[in-house]
Amino acid sequence: MAELLFWPALLLYGQAVVGYLGDARRPGGAGGAATWSVRLGWLAQTALLAVQAARRDGFPWATWAGSLNLFVWLVVSAYLVWGCRRRYRLLGLTVMPLAAALLVVARVGGGTRVGGSSRYPDLFLVLHVGLVLAAFAGFTLAAALSGLYLWQERRLKRRPATILRRPVPALATLDALALRTAAWSLPALTLGIAVGLVRLVADGDRVDALVAATIATWLVWAAYVGLRLVAGWAGRRAAYLALAGFALVIVVRLALPAVHFA
Amino acid sequence: MRLVLVGTSHHHAPVELRERVALDREQARALAARLAAGGREAVCLSTCNRTELYLAAADAEAAERDAVAALAELEPEVEPALYRLRDHAAALHLFRVAAGLDSLVPGEGEILGQVRAAHQLGTTGIVLDRAFRQALHTGRKARAQTAIGESPASVSAAAAALAEQVFGDLEGRSILLVGAGKIGEQAARNLLSRRARIAFVANRTLDRAEELARRLRAEALPLERIEEELPRADVVVASTSAPGYVLDAAAVERALRKRRCRQLLLIDLAVPRDLDPAIHDLDGCYLYDVDDLEAIVAETLSGRRREAERAEAIVAAEAEKFRQWHAALDVVPAIASLRARAEEIREAELRKAEALLGRLDDGERRAVESITAQIVNKLLHLPTVRMKQAAAAADGVLYAEAVRHLFGLEDER
Repeated sequence: MAELLFWPALLLYGQAVVGYLGDARRPGGAGGAATWSVRLGWLAQTALLAVQAARRDGFPWATWAGSLNLFVWLVVSAYLVWGCRRRYRLLGLTVMPLAAALLVVARVGGGTRVGGSSRYPDLFLVLHVGLVLAAFAGFTLAAALSGLYLWQERRLKRRPATILRRPVPALATLDALALRTAAWSLPALTLGIAVGLVRLVADGDRVDALVAATIATWLVWAAYVGLRLVAGWAGRRAAYLALAGFALVIVVRLALPAVHFA
Repeated sequence: MRLVLVGTSHHHAPVELRERVALDREQARALAARLAAGGREAVCLSTCNRTELYLAAADAEAAERDAVAALAELEPEVEPALYRLRDHAAALHLFRVAAGLDSLVPGEGEILGQVRAAHQLGTTGIVLDRAFRQALHTGRKARAQTAIGESPASVSAAAAALAEQVFGDLEGRSILLVGAGKIGEQAARNLLSRRARIAFVANRTLDRAEELARRLRAEALPLERIEEELPRADVVVASTSAPGYVLDAAAVERALRKRRCRQLLLIDLAVPRDLDPAIHDLDGCYLYDVDDLEAIVAETLSGRRREAERAEAIVAAEAEKFRQWHAALDVVPAIASLRARAEEIREAELRKAEALLGRLDDGERRAVESITAQIVNKLLHLPTVRMKQAAAAADGVLYAEAVRHLFGLEDER
């Protein structure tokens, strides 16, 4: 019965996408309604995760699909930190379609089911999965901010007469927020990978494709943070690098997990 | 109490006439106090675009005569340019003024503060206090629920808004002003009002640069030093009368190497242009010339006019609420008299029954008091509601008269 909580969450996220699309066409009331849909959808998904946590024996998101469900929740949570502000509504248009689509994938993969048990100890999974997913959620948001930066930068270069019509975050703000989000997420990924590697060595397992891709993702984001903080990278170049890092996050989350979770 | 408005504005009178009836704060306070004599209420709203007198009085004709005379005393020629509005029309006008719908530039924000100041300086009572409070609420609501006041209405405001699109909060951002003319100074003041810092003023004549730099607390530079200071600037505003470019793309490119990828916004207000258009192609540089800015202003003004239609609906709804409240004032004395008469009868009947009630203990006595009060309230509830409804539908006075006649309340007026 509690699995039904998936539907209000999905419907509300879907409604938010429609609302943000409406707001993009004509800024106004639809954006406010969309933000409320995200909040209510997030509450429904939180309730679903809480029920999953309460009814499952062990860490409830140990499967690939289950972790995807948790990942979506983390992405939406991170988005809500800024998404409630009027100027950031366009960010919703980049984040929420992805969140809704991944929630459907999580459902198809059985990640929204309630009950069952996990064969891994809780502490390891909380640290490893929790930290890696939190970092990926942060990188997703940083990439969305970078995408918005590139869009706004292109508008400023095109110089349309309508440039002031839409409330959009400033270029410098988007640039700084993307860096700050990535800089907070990188230590989480570092720790998450370290915990995973310790366990890998302890179990005598080998580095699989997913672990290799996750390390590559870490390298790209570490380069992003390093180049920005040390070499003073900013603007368009930094935004493209963030998008490259996000492409790896997508590969790690969607393309390779079958090997790892098996 | 009737609401009366007499005034003139930029729609009806040229500036030569308006300036002769314009009042400063003290004069506005004194005139309102003078017109409020004899139990009236009065507020004087005087801005560069309008001088309006709002009065609430039992005798609307006399109030209007006095208001017209007061303005004619300031300038006799103003009389043909005066408009006279009453009750709902006067309130609707006030609400439109507060929402910026009657302004030269729709949605301009200054008027709301001017309406607030007029309210504070006026001699208000129940009607004008309510009218002005609701006008301020309407002005805020129209601006919050529509985008009427969001976009810039001048080239210099558009330049400042563009700077906010690039940098967000402008606090501490450095501005390099190239040219010490009026246009550049106007743009600089707009940026200053958004907490930016005018760091440098560069001009061909150093004396003029120094003079403006002193006023803006900036550093004066000769034009030759622009490239040197460019790495420290966030916004460049150029408005010289030089025949060629004062800054070319190669110079900006050299400066960019020292800027560590920081964005640079360049505003060229000069004709012929001061800044090489090729600068816009450089990474992280955004160059807007006067044509770009004028196109933005034209677009935002048309946007404001579109938003004005939505704001008009908000204003109309608020004016209707005020009309209903104002109309209900006509029946309030009749309702109060009716309730007082009923209470008087109840107390008289209880006194008559004193001999019988004397045998009751305190609890029983309180119960009798409560029951009789409830009967009176229940009997009067529906007539009260109906009278208020009738007042909103403009039949209030008739109903009030009927109630006074039926219950013999005529003597209590």
